[in-house]
Amino acid sequence: MKWHVIFEPQNLELYATGILTTLGLLFSSLGIGAVLALLFALALTGPWAPLRWIVGAYTYVIRGTPLLIQVYMIYYGLGQLEWIQARWDDVWPWTHFKEPFFCALLAFSLNTAGYTAEMLAGAIRETNAGEIEAAQAFGMSRFQVMLRVVLPSAMRRTLPAYSNEVVMMLQSTSLASAVPSMLDVTAAASRIYSDYYLPFEAYIAAAAIYLVASFCLIGVFRLAEKHFLAYLAPRKH
Amino acid sequence: MQSSYYTAILQGSVLTVGVSLCALLVSIVLGLLGAAAKLSGRPVLVSIASSYTTVIRGVPDLVVMLLVFYGGTIGINHLLELSGSKATIDINPFLAGVLTLGFIYGAYMTETFRGAILSIPKGQMEAAWAFGMGRTQTFLRITAPQMVRYALPGFTNNWLVLIKSTALVSLIGLKEMTYLAKQASAATRSPFAFFLFTAGLFLLYTTVSLYALKKLNARYSLGTKRGQLS
Repeated sequence: MKWHVIFEPQNLELYATGILTTLGLLFSSLGIGAVLALLFALALTGPWAPLRWIVGAYTYVIRGTPLLIQVYMIYYGLGQLEWIQARWDDVWPWTHFKEPFFCALLAFSLNTAGYTAEMLAGAIRETNAGEIEAAQAFGMSRFQVMLRVVLPSAMRRTLPAYSNEVVMMLQSTSLASAVPSMLDVTAAASRIYSDYYLPFEAYIAAAAIYLVASFCLIGVFRLAEKHFLAYLAPRKH
Repeated sequence: MQSSYYTAILQGSVLTVGVSLCALLVSIVLGLLGAAAKLSGRPVLVSIASSYTTVIRGVPDLVVMLLVFYGGTIGINHLLELSGSKATIDINPFLAGVLTLGFIYGAYMTETFRGAILSIPKGQMEAAWAFGMGRTQTFLRITAPQMVRYALPGFTNNWLVLIKSTALVSLIGLKEMTYLAKQASAATRSPFAFFLFTAGLFLLYTTVSLYALKKLNARYSLGTKRGQLS
C-alpha cells in the first residue's frame, strides 16, 4: 500500500476538483429535479387525465431504464438528431448540448425528477381526507387547498423517502465519470489508478469521500426531519 | 448492415439476464447470512454485518465494482507472485460483475430480510420451538414461508435496481447490451436509435419482472386479511 501517493499535493488537488464537480452536479440536479418533480407531481394528481398519462409514462420509462443509458442517450444520442445538429452551433439553448457537464446535469435532473415526482404524488394522494375537508369547509379554492394545506404537509411527509433519493443521487453522480472529460470523484480515482497503477488506494480514497458525504447528507436530513416532522413524532412524555 | 447490430444487442440481452440472475442468487445468500448475523445478537457478528451494510450502501456501485475488478486483479496476481508462481490471471468481467453486484445487493437484501423476519409474530417461532423443532426446521418450515410475504415488496425494489445496475458492468468490459449499444453507436454514428432500443429492452425486462413479482406477491398473500379504512 502506497498511501503517500494519494496525499501528494497534485493528487489531493485532483480529488478536490472531483469533489467540487460531484457536489456541483448533485446540488444543481437536485435543485432542477425538485422544481420539475413538483410540477410532475401536480400533473400526476391533477384532474386532467391525458396529462396524468403522459407524466405517468414518463416516470415509468425513467424508473424502468438504467441511468447510464439515459446519460449516453443525452450525451451521445442527441447529437445524432439533425434537428439538434442544425442548432447546436449557434442557437441557444442547444449550444449547451456540446458540453459534457450540461449533458450529465440534464440526465441526472430528469432522472431524479421522475423518482421524486412519484414519491411526492404518493404523499399528496395519501393526505388525510379530514385536512382537505377542513380546508374546503373554510371556503378555500382548489388552488388554495393545494398551496396552503396539501403541499406543505405532503412535502414534509416525503422527507424520509427523499433523503434516500438524495443519497442514491450522490452515488449516481459517479456515472458522470462515464462521460469523457468529466472529472468527478470517481474519474479522479480512475485517473490516479491509471497514472500510478494503484487501484486499492485510489478507489478506497474515493469510497471514503462518498461515505463521508453520504453521512453528512443523512445527518442534515435527520435534523430537517426533526424540525419539519416534529408534529408527527411520538410523544416523549 | 444496421440490423446485425440490433441482433448483436439482442444476443447481449442474454448476458444481461444471466448476470442479473446470478447476482440475485449471490445477493439472496449474502442477504440471508447478513440478516441471520444481524439478528443473532452476538456482538462480533452484529458489528461485522452492520459495517457491511453501512459501508456498501454509502459507496457508489461503480466505485465498488472498479475497486473489485482492478484491485482484485492486482491483488490476486500479487498473491500468485508471492507464492512463487509465474502465472497471471485476468478476472473475467462476468464473474467480477456477478460477484460485485451480488456483494452490493446482498447488503440491501440483508436489510430487507431482517425487516421481514422481524415482522413475523414472535409467537410463530415460539410455537415451533414448543413443538421441539430445531433452528433449521423452524427456519425452513415456519420463518421462510412467512418471510416471503413481508420481504417481497423490498425484494422487488432491490431486484429492479439490480437489473438497472447491470448496465454498469459494461464499464468493466462485459459485452452485454449497453456495451454493444455503445460499440454499435460508435461504429454507425447513429447512437440515438441503438440506445433507445437498449432502453426499450431494459424496460421490457423490468416490466416483465414487475408483473411476475406481483403475481408471486398475490400468491404469498393468500388468506391474509387486510385492514380496511372505512
